[in-house]
Amino acid sequence: MASPSRVEHPVIGPGHTFATVTDKISSLVLTTKTPLGWFFGFGVAFSLLMMLLATVTYLLAKGTGIFGVNVPVGWGFDIINFVWWIGIGHAGTLISAILLLLRQQWRTSINRFAEAMTLFAVACAGMFPILHMGRPWVGAYWLMPYPNTMGLWPNFRSPLIWDVFAVSTYATVSALFWFVGLIPDLATLRDRAQNRAVKTVYGMLALGWRGSARHWANYEMAYLILAGLSTPLVVSVHTVVSFDFAVGVVPGWHATVFPPYFVAGAIYAGFAMVLTLAIPLRKAYGLEDFITMKHIENMAKVMLATSLVVAYGYLMEAFMAWYSGNVYERFMMWNRVTGPLSWTYWMLILCNVVVINTLWLKRLRTSVPYLFFVSLVVSVGMWLERFVIIVTSLHRDFLPSSWGNYRGTPFDWSMFVGTMGLFLTLFFLFIRFLPTISIFEMRTLVPGAVPKEDEA
Amino acid sequence: MSGPALYGLLAEFHTPAGLVKAAEAVHAAGYRKVDAYTPYPMEEVLDALHLHRTHVPKLVLAGGLFGMAAGWGLQYWSSVIEYPMNIGGRPFFAWPAFIVPTFETTVLFAAFAAVFGMLALNGFPQPYHPVFNVPSFVTASRDRFFLCIESGDAKFDGEKTRELLKGLGASEVSEVQP
Repeated sequence: MASPSRVEHPVIGPGHTFATVTDKISSLVLTTKTPLGWFFGFGVAFSLLMMLLATVTYLLAKGTGIFGVNVPVGWGFDIINFVWWIGIGHAGTLISAILLLLRQQWRTSINRFAEAMTLFAVACAGMFPILHMGRPWVGAYWLMPYPNTMGLWPNFRSPLIWDVFAVSTYATVSALFWFVGLIPDLATLRDRAQNRAVKTVYGMLALGWRGSARHWANYEMAYLILAGLSTPLVVSVHTVVSFDFAVGVVPGWHATVFPPYFVAGAIYAGFAMVLTLAIPLRKAYGLEDFITMKHIENMAKVMLATSLVVAYGYLMEAFMAWYSGNVYERFMMWNRVTGPLSWTYWMLILCNVVVINTLWLKRLRTSVPYLFFVSLVVSVGMWLERFVIIVTSLHRDFLPSSWGNYRGTPFDWSMFVGTMGLFLTLFFLFIRFLPTISIFEMRTLVPGAVPKEDEA
Repeated sequence: MSGPALYGLLAEFHTPAGLVKAAEAVHAAGYRKVDAYTPYPMEEVLDALHLHRTHVPKLVLAGGLFGMAAGWGLQYWSSVIEYPMNIGGRPFFAWPAFIVPTFETTVLFAAFAAVFGMLALNGFPQPYHPVFNVPSFVTASRDRFFLCIESGDAKFDGEKTRELLKGLGASEVSEVQP
């Protein structure tokens, strides 16, 4: 909600008025005709969610033996997937908070579903550290400070407890931010709904919003402050995630470059996911007037910029391994590029460093099908990055006698793919029942939204 | 026909500029119990009605300070007093390690204060409000701009106020039943 600028708006298609913007976006929700494609997509997503349910049930019955983790690789898919999902969430907060503070108007049409993506990605991420304990109910007192009958308290000198605080705060603040942004749009849905039950439900959620100027004054201030609070918060979250590794002494983890390198990687992966979702969404619902080529190209540019920071991180890891003179660090790097799992490292370089740099060409950067392809490649690359950091650092550490190898079991895979089902199920429900684009913020982009002295 | 039974008069405008001009005129005429209803936040209306004051920042500061004290206090009390545990000889009062959770609780409680403070200052949840009685008010969340002069205003006078609003270019002036 940056104050509407007084220039032309390439961020919205020509010919739109307050009424057309409102009607177009709210009609996607209030229609009684659900597109057939929605049922198909939701069906696939829901099936995968059921696979997750089955996997988790089996996990709780059998224990973590169903996964591939064992000495020496004690962190496997669960932590890889946790870091991958939580990183994806970061783009949503970046778009909704940081770009708001920077007064980037192009954020307006993509912030709502990017925030939804954040919430759902964090929900998926949060499951992994809890479930990889095998018996999560036993672990409650390791994580949460509450007065229990054993008189135990968590160890606040460990990065793992910092992670609990960072991720749970992030999830809560993201949910609040998202709901506050929804309130005026829920009021629009309440006022436009024909069906009495639908009207009642949206009416309750809107809390009685009526667009009063007094309310807007408080609302705008609260929204701005939330953006200001979310900005350091989002940077802190992936920094703390990187501390889980960097505070340890394992070669390949113990590096001061980790916090900025992780934060950049998170934004990189997140923008890839926003593009993966935005490209089919604007096509399926005919939203090309609201999510224009300007948005698509700007997101591509953010991806390209953050990919360079990430590439710098890869370079520094290799350089510091050599420059440190430490035999274990040097071996770790050598093993990473030539060892039994070296194919993951070279795939990672291909996905995250080579392919993305084709976006320097404007022709490729503005080609929607190509960007969709690149966004998928980046998601794979970022998953491989976490695999490389976690597995290749652990599987051959200080003592050759304790070396081993690692591979995911079918249950590792079904849990990972199952969380994609959870994510997509929530996303399909969101695009059916809530406005995918912030209606009231789109109104501020309509020509004439800012009254001038010489009019009227 | 006016009387205490009326909540106020609601004038409808078709353009943002029309509303701003009317709001300025109404404020200049001495009306103070005035509210505008717009489909999106408009700085200009807040300027016209002199409504810029908000108490949200103070609440956020208080929430953040509370969160900071609570987070720090929890860690100090549990790590130093209630459950001191020797881990690798590190001090019980490991204050640099306490900074991270303290930062997170500060942000958490500041955000709570911002959201719930804003909702409380706005009087939400509030399912009923008299302006909803005007049938055309549903367009306030779409593309129409409303100005309401409440009957509690010292200068409120049914006919004179209606004439004023009519003269300011309102497309329609409706009585708001309480």
